[in-house]
Amino acid sequence: MLEVSALNTAYGRAHILFDVALDARPGEVVVLLGRNGAGKSTTLKSLIGLVRPLSGEIRFNGRRIDRLQPYQVARLGLGYVPEERRIFADLSVMENLEVGRQPRRDGAAFWTPERLFELFPNLGRMKERGGGRMSGGEQQMLTIARTLMGNPSTVLLDEPSEGLSPLIVEQMAATIRDLKREGLCVLLSEQNLHFSELVADRAYIIETGQIRYSGTMAELSADEAVREQYLSV
Amino acid sequence: MTAAAILIQFLNGLASASSLFLVAAGLSLIFGVTRIVNFAHGSLYMLGTYIAYSLIEHFGRGPLGFWGAVLLAGLIVAAFGALVEIFLLRRIYAAPELLQLLATFALVLIVKDFALWVWGPEDLLGPRAPGLGGAVEIAGRQFPEYDLFLIVLGPLVLAILWAILTRTRWGTLVRAATEDREMAGALGVNQKWLFTGVFALGSLLAGLGGSVQIPREPANLFMDLSVISDAFVVVVVGGLGSIGGAFLAALLIAEIKAFCIGIGDVTWFGHVLSFSKLTLVVEFIVMAVVLVIRPWGLLGRQQSVPRSSGAAEAPLALPSRTAVQALVALLAALALVPVFFSGYALVLLIDIMVFALFSVSLYFIMGPGGMHSFGHAAYFGLGAYGAGLIVKSGAAMEVGLLAGPLLAGIGALVFGWFCVRLSGVYLAMLTLAFAQIAWSVVFQWDAVTGGSNGLIGIWPAPWLASKTAYYYLALAGCATGIFVLWRILYAPFGYALRAGRDSPLRADAIGIDVRSRQWGAFVIAGLAAGLAGSLSAFSKGSISPESMAVPRSVDGLVMVLLGGIQNLTGPVWGAALFTWLQDAVAREIDYWRAVLGAVILALVLAFPQGIAGYIGQFIESRRVKSAGAPA
Ligand SMILES: Nc1ncnc2c1ncn2[C@@H]1O[C@H](COP(=O)(O)OP(=O)(O)O)[C@@H](O)[C@H]1O
Ligand SMILES: [Mg+2]
Repeated sequence: MLEVSALNTAYGRAHILFDVALDARPGEVVVLLGRNGAGKSTTLKSLIGLVRPLSGEIRFNGRRIDRLQPYQVARLGLGYVPEERRIFADLSVMENLEVGRQPRRDGAAFWTPERLFELFPNLGRMKERGGGRMSGGEQQMLTIARTLMGNPSTVLLDEPSEGLSPLIVEQMAATIRDLKREGLCVLLSEQNLHFSELVADRAYIIETGQIRYSGTMAELSADEAVREQYLSV
Repeated sequence: MTAAAILIQFLNGLASASSLFLVAAGLSLIFGVTRIVNFAHGSLYMLGTYIAYSLIEHFGRGPLGFWGAVLLAGLIVAAFGALVEIFLLRRIYAAPELLQLLATFALVLIVKDFALWVWGPEDLLGPRAPGLGGAVEIAGRQFPEYDLFLIVLGPLVLAILWAILTRTRWGTLVRAATEDREMAGALGVNQKWLFTGVFALGSLLAGLGGSVQIPREPANLFMDLSVISDAFVVVVVGGLGSIGGAFLAALLIAEIKAFCIGIGDVTWFGHVLSFSKLTLVVEFIVMAVVLVIRPWGLLGRQQSVPRSSGAAEAPLALPSRTAVQALVALLAALALVPVFFSGYALVLLIDIMVFALFSVSLYFIMGPGGMHSFGHAAYFGLGAYGAGLIVKSGAAMEVGLLAGPLLAGIGALVFGWFCVRLSGVYLAMLTLAFAQIAWSVVFQWDAVTGGSNGLIGIWPAPWLASKTAYYYLALAGCATGIFVLWRILYAPFGYALRAGRDSPLRADAIGIDVRSRQWGAFVIAGLAAGLAGSLSAFSKGSISPESMAVPRSVDGLVMVLLGGIQNLTGPVWGAALFTWLQDAVAREIDYWRAVLGAVILALVLAFPQGIAGYIGQFIESRRVKSAGAPA
């Protein structure tokens, strides 16, 4: 259960997020849609604590997390998958997974490398391969698997479909639905409306750092005017 | 050389490589994870040697006493390292890189005086290792058994480190954090304890490196800086953060040194070529060659730009009217000083002015140029020697004042050509290497430079012989030099230089040749530092090699950083404060280095942006407050 209210974030003097409010409940897939530069990544980074918000309240399972260090937030069960993947290039697949490993957590799925290889069969075939010698799609799978090793109850996915081939995008959508079936809550950021329609239950639209729309994915799909205004390029 | 001699020299090289590798591996490990260049690493080594000496005295010289002492010394140093990390470094991880350096350098000063206080100034040679005190015959020659032990120790430690780093969870986390510590944090890795652990392990290696040396090398107070410069060279040659690279580089350098000693003097076409004298610089030559061919070291990888960058440096504002007025008033006050004071006050003020010029010239390449120099004293020294040698050869002192800066400028022209090809820590190390080369030429070339004695009897022309007259010359020279440097920063050259520092790619795109600007800046700074050196030589009447040694370069860094690198006048205040402190404290207090170190630490912890930077922020915040206050 993630609840965000009146979140303001700045980089130095550049104020980026203005009173962002959103929430995501267990078992739900929520998408944060917006164009390039709208503030999606900044929102997710504020949640995990990689950038410190100016003001606002972030609650995770009822607990304030907006003053915690990223490692503390992660240990509470909020996983983060960055946009740039940030695979440890010198480490093998198994070692990348090891970095993400955290103890079993009550009320959240428990992941082992073996279970993850069922979800991502490709990775299972390259356990000892160095992270720097994998394709973009493989890296994207690994970065998600690595975060799952922390047994999170909620995962933040920053533009998971970015830069992937259509086939891999389909796989990614299937993966996110798998995670939902495991009972995970997923908050993802996207520019790709089609991909969002494949996975999301609810949607927020962010533009210039402000939430402009909130509704179910079905409502958004039906609302041509909103899509025209905020999402068409 | 005979085959037997070659074998023995080769084994000698292997034995020396081990200790070198231990220190360098620790330094590299610490840098890889924390991104802190630990200047105090040589001090940890020195502590290891001294502590081992005392423990052996205490436990006795039996096998248990000796080996127990060697191990325990390493562990004590490791514990000390952990404390340093927890109480000092943790507070400054977010501070600018150079301030971190300054803090670890303050530790060097404190540890040195601590060692002086506890163990005194005499060299202390430990006993031979029990059971390994003899020699074995190899190829018909005697070879110390203890050296055989050292030969095994290096690869053994390498294997253990390799196992820790690749076969344990902790090692995996360390390697992950070396690559991207922010991401490791977002995955739940608590960096705090990881950093402490790495620092403790690195300190353990340094301490052990020092303690195993006790039968070979007496503990002395100069080990810290000589070990740290050796270790820097090894780490840079091997590639920052690469343990394997450190091993390779330690081997390479130790072998080359061993063979230089082994070859000794060679007569070549009637000239005597002394290879053994080359040992002082050969590692720096190796480093310079490696860095030019492989800028990231033998096994290193290009440093990625740090992920979480701090606040961008504010653009250089034109000085306000009040600031200009204040500077003019200061200049007028300085011009009036001889009316009221004479003698020692003038000598101290000349020193301060000379170092202000030196420090501003260093700031010139470090701040706006973005090139961190660890070897700026080279140009100060070249200026001093250039002036001194010309005068000794019979030229007038006025000619000397031109020749000094010129020689320094030529030195900067040559060294700068290499340096501007690198950036960051690598550039800093290359500047250090060149300074060391220049120093050792001066130090060894007895016939011309007077070697370690230096030159004496370098006096100004008769019309400048009075202290007052020389004071005005120094004031005019330094003020002009500083003004010209400042003026250049507001000329198109200065803007282009800063553009190159802030975004090299963009500067390149708009047609600025970044490298040639940096080279130019290097030469300008060299000329200015040379002027400072020449002025200082005539003021003192003598020149010693210390004027261009590593500690002098570090003094310059301390001055610039004390003042704060964001501020134009900062280096002047830093120089004044440092010179005055050194003078006042050194005369009154035996352990002035420790006091200085403590002051520096206090300043770093209290004002992580430097003094002038802090005052600037303070004024800014006052202005914002008063502007925002209701009328
Ligand atoms: N580290 C940073 N420093 C300064 N500005 C940034 C930084 N990261 C992002 N921005 C700015 O913040 C805004 C939002 O960026 P971001 O959150 O990355 O958008 P999105 O993920 O929606 O594409 C953009 O205008 C971007 O230029
Ligand atoms: Mg983004």
